[in-house]
Amino acid sequence: MKSKILLGMSLVLMIVSLYLVFIYVPTEESMGIVQRIFYLMVPMGWLTLLAFLVVFISSILYLAQKESRWDILAYSSAEVGFVFTTLAIITGSIWAKPIWEVWWTWDPRLTATLVLWFIYAAYFVVRSFAAEESQGARLAAVVGIIGFVDIPIIAMATTLWKGLHPPLIIFQEGGIAPEMLLTLLVSIAAFTVFYFVLLRQQVLMKNDESKLRILKTYDS
Amino acid sequence: MKEAGSISQAWAIKIQGLTKSFGIHHALRGIDLEVRQGTSLVIFGPNGAGKSTLIKVLATIINPSSGKVLVDGLSLKSNAEEIRYRIGVVSHQTFLYGNLSVYENLEFYSRMYDVSYPRERIREVLDMVDMTSRLYDRVGTFSRGMQQRISIARALLHKPTIMLLDEPETGLDQQATFLLWRALEAVRERKGTIILTSHNLERGLEVCDQVAILAGGKITFRQPRQGLDLVGLKETYQRSIAVRV
Amino acid sequence: MRCLRKAITIAWKDVLSEMRTKETISSVLVFTLLVIVTFNFAFNTGQEVMNLVAPGILWVTFAFAGVLSLNRAFILEKEENCLEGLMVCPVSRETIYVGKMLGSLLFMLVIEAIALPIFALLFNLAVLSLQLMVITFLTTIGFAAVGTLFSALAVNTRAREMILPILFLPIVAPIIISAVSASGLALSGEDWGGLASSLGIIVAFDVIFLVMSYLVFTFVIEE
Repeated sequence: MKSKILLGMSLVLMIVSLYLVFIYVPTEESMGIVQRIFYLMVPMGWLTLLAFLVVFISSILYLAQKESRWDILAYSSAEVGFVFTTLAIITGSIWAKPIWEVWWTWDPRLTATLVLWFIYAAYFVVRSFAAEESQGARLAAVVGIIGFVDIPIIAMATTLWKGLHPPLIIFQEGGIAPEMLLTLLVSIAAFTVFYFVLLRQQVLMKNDESKLRILKTYDS
Repeated sequence: MKEAGSISQAWAIKIQGLTKSFGIHHALRGIDLEVRQGTSLVIFGPNGAGKSTLIKVLATIINPSSGKVLVDGLSLKSNAEEIRYRIGVVSHQTFLYGNLSVYENLEFYSRMYDVSYPRERIREVLDMVDMTSRLYDRVGTFSRGMQQRISIARALLHKPTIMLLDEPETGLDQQATFLLWRALEAVRERKGTIILTSHNLERGLEVCDQVAILAGGKITFRQPRQGLDLVGLKETYQRSIAVRV
Repeated sequence: MRCLRKAITIAWKDVLSEMRTKETISSVLVFTLLVIVTFNFAFNTGQEVMNLVAPGILWVTFAFAGVLSLNRAFILEKEENCLEGLMVCPVSRETIYVGKMLGSLLFMLVIEAIALPIFALLFNLAVLSLQLMVITFLTTIGFAAVGTLFSALAVNTRAREMILPILFLPIVAPIIISAVSASGLALSGEDWGGLASSLGIIVAFDVIFLVMSYLVFTFVIEE
């Protein structure tokens, strides 16, 4: 029942969001149609952080209580977060091309997202290269905690560094237009719900996998 | 209340309901074990039974998943550091730094254990294992037997009251094995407690006054050595191995 | 302060062990110089461009050399399972962390102290300024703080030499960025005020990660 509500909400919000992004909101002056990617990129960036926050909190709980449900939550959130981080980087790149003629700009936000992508990747690498699963869970939790704590420092360092690069113009001088703000907020809401849908799906799948493994052990 | 205090002091090791799981692998499935001070227990068991895990839990290297463990009356959970002053651990790995000399290795551990008069004590323990002549040689140049002898000396530096040994005679030559048992005898004379795991039924029985069998993460047999015959024990051991959880 | 004394005992043990063979320090040193020289070949341009890229080259070199140095810290303890030997000693897990961290820090500082003048020579730069030394010292503390934790983590996994750089480099990316900025400013004669913000980030990183690694270390070595 709960999953149906969540799925339903997500679907509705996504459709509304699509309408807003492609039909409702007026085209932005300086950048043209491409600017609409902004309504995709910002939610992706936000979800990257939200997913990592969930990884952080679950990792702490896992180390404190050693209950596997926290590890499953951390792992699932990392998986979903990793996908969104990848999309954030790709959409950032797609936006950059028509506007600045380059596939990549070392914009502080984009750079920070890239570093975060590598930290996510390290999380998975540690899991796969651990000698056994329980060790992998424990070590990955450590990576999750250290990685999250690094985020504000990464943000500060990349922002300070940006002095050498042209800033990314998102808002016009007068601030953001109300239509754009509405579209943005709905988009963020839609993707956040979508994140929870995906997260739930991953957690359930891992729970089933874990049950299967336990059954297999007793079978032999 | 005072009676209870002095009784619990007489137990070197008191384990209740100890379990240890590594994910879905259950290494120890509920161990209850008591070892009186001044006695020595040998634990036999097949590979994978959990012998090393049990020793490592007692040595404070591994945390229990659940259960209560008291070493020398001290709780494992809250007094781990204090416990480490009282235990000496010998494993099949020597804990020795190959680049450093015998003296440097033992001096290092003397400092870590706050050993008073380290120089004298180092000579004493090396004397126990007949290695005083090689004081300044690099440990990495020694044979396995000699390294293990130094490892035993290392474990005795701080005069521990409880010795924990995990299959200590693995890879030892005859002389080293003899010196090992001799050192353990000295510990017994001092009223120290010895717990060791072993594959070697005959040797194990000679030095210990309690015997136990660990199989499938549980203690399946526990008796004093007196009145136990080797043949009977072997049969029981075979039967225990056959029972798999 | 008995804990600090024991941590220093551990660090000293590492120093002694290294001084015996000198094999790790010499190989890391050779590697460091090779990297610097290779970069020199890679950027075969005039002095002006060299001045611009010098800070970057310096810090890439130190980062890679750092990874090699940090790997050593716990590989030493892997032989004969010495890490368990340490865990059985009456010291807290945190003390082991501090001891290993101090050992690695000293190791890296020695390498850097030798590499910097050579770097200055090859690149015709005045790197022996107090500013650069402070930047190097502070950044190396950050490397040691996080690197010691990850070295202990990596040594128990299956691909230990690969795991460390994969973990280490993204996490220290912010202080590499800041060190490069600050070094560039220092080389162009900027005063301390101009360096303040970059140094601030490095110091913040050091403090935060010394504390975090200290707190989390026990979960890395204990099962």
